[in-house]
Amino acid sequence: MGGMQGFGHVRPLTAEPAFAEPWEGKAFALGLLSIRAAGANLHAFRHALERVPPEDYLRDYYDRWLHASQILLADSGILSAEQVAARAARLSGSDVPEPDPPEPHKPQMPSGGPGNLRTLDTRPAFAVGDRVRTTDVHTAGHTKLPRYVRRRTGTVTAIRQAEVFPDSAAHFEGENPQHCYAVEFDSRELWGADAEPFRLSIDLFEPYLEKVT
Amino acid sequence: MTTAADRIDPALRAEALASLLIERGLVDQATMDNFIKTYEQSVGPMNGAKVVARAWTDPGYAERLLADGTAAIAELGFKGPQGEHIVVLQNTPAVHHVVVCTLCSCYPWPVLGLPPSWYKDPSYRSRIVREPRAVLAEFGLELGDDVEIRVVDSSAEIRYMVLPMRPAGTEGLSEEELAALVTRDAMVGVAEVAAP
Repeated sequence: MGGMQGFGHVRPLTAEPAFAEPWEGKAFALGLLSIRAAGANLHAFRHALERVPPEDYLRDYYDRWLHASQILLADSGILSAEQVAARAARLSGSDVPEPDPPEPHKPQMPSGGPGNLRTLDTRPAFAVGDRVRTTDVHTAGHTKLPRYVRRRTGTVTAIRQAEVFPDSAAHFEGENPQHCYAVEFDSRELWGADAEPFRLSIDLFEPYLEKVT
Repeated sequence: MTTAADRIDPALRAEALASLLIERGLVDQATMDNFIKTYEQSVGPMNGAKVVARAWTDPGYAERLLADGTAAIAELGFKGPQGEHIVVLQNTPAVHHVVVCTLCSCYPWPVLGLPPSWYKDPSYRSRIVREPRAVLAEFGLELGDDVEIRVVDSSAEIRYMVLPMRPAGTEGLSEEELAALVTRDAMVGVAEVAAP
């Protein structure tokens, strides 16, 4: 959402419980447990969040988690949207029939171990101080290169530990670990000459970057 | 498009999903309850506040914290999901860091718990990377023109926590008293820690 306009003022800072309503806690737990039940991973869950229809996405944070859980579970053939709708109707007192569950087809992706940090034998292509330009991604799938930093030039400020590549893992195409870099951009490179002066740092994977010579 | 007519109330959707998964043994009620209880009671900004207070009172710890946040935070017993790789950013009179996740809502759970509403809102996520000074002012934090702002977008698996400045006049306070002053907002970088 970086740089999108029209969302108005930020909410005031207030003390608040972790979950405002009991169902929010359930939605949170169901999100994490649906990843397991669907045989998926965190990257696929984030991609499911991105596939929630915009009018649902913007309505409420934990409602978005429920929609994403349902998308992941449907993708793996664990349950269908029709089943959820029928169960919701029955819980509300309507005597509607419940459809049979679909045929499960969980994704199979070999895991390189717990978590997402990995060690690579290859050397990082970029060094601290290198000027790099971000690529122009137009994927229909998942990516961690936000729109507002595409086709922009910045400077590598740190080499992070290699990580599972979300763009591959979200689609169960393998962990495909990649080197990861902290890249810093001047605000004017992102938002033009009249931008507020500041620097923005973001962690980007090697395939998103090209060296500027 | 979903119409209002076929929209399911979120509390009901949660109930429907939970009952379908539990009756097939795909989700365990006790595990679900345990997740909820953990993030309601045991994991939250009180953990991060202890890290900050330790860094303010123990220069050796502060050094380790800035060099390897994950390891120094684990020294105090805080680790777990979304804390695999934590980098700590030090705020100074010259540099102010503020953290966001523009893509989703990534947040260092072991030290700060689950993110507050404003962190997950489209307004914060869209604007802090474009007009941070204006957003911070809306939150009530007016920074001098001589303070450099660094916005950090958590786009990979590294999670960020801000080490705020220790307020003046707190020299006589104990580590516990200092921890009580540290707020969640200061550890994200949208506020400073106020003197008692």
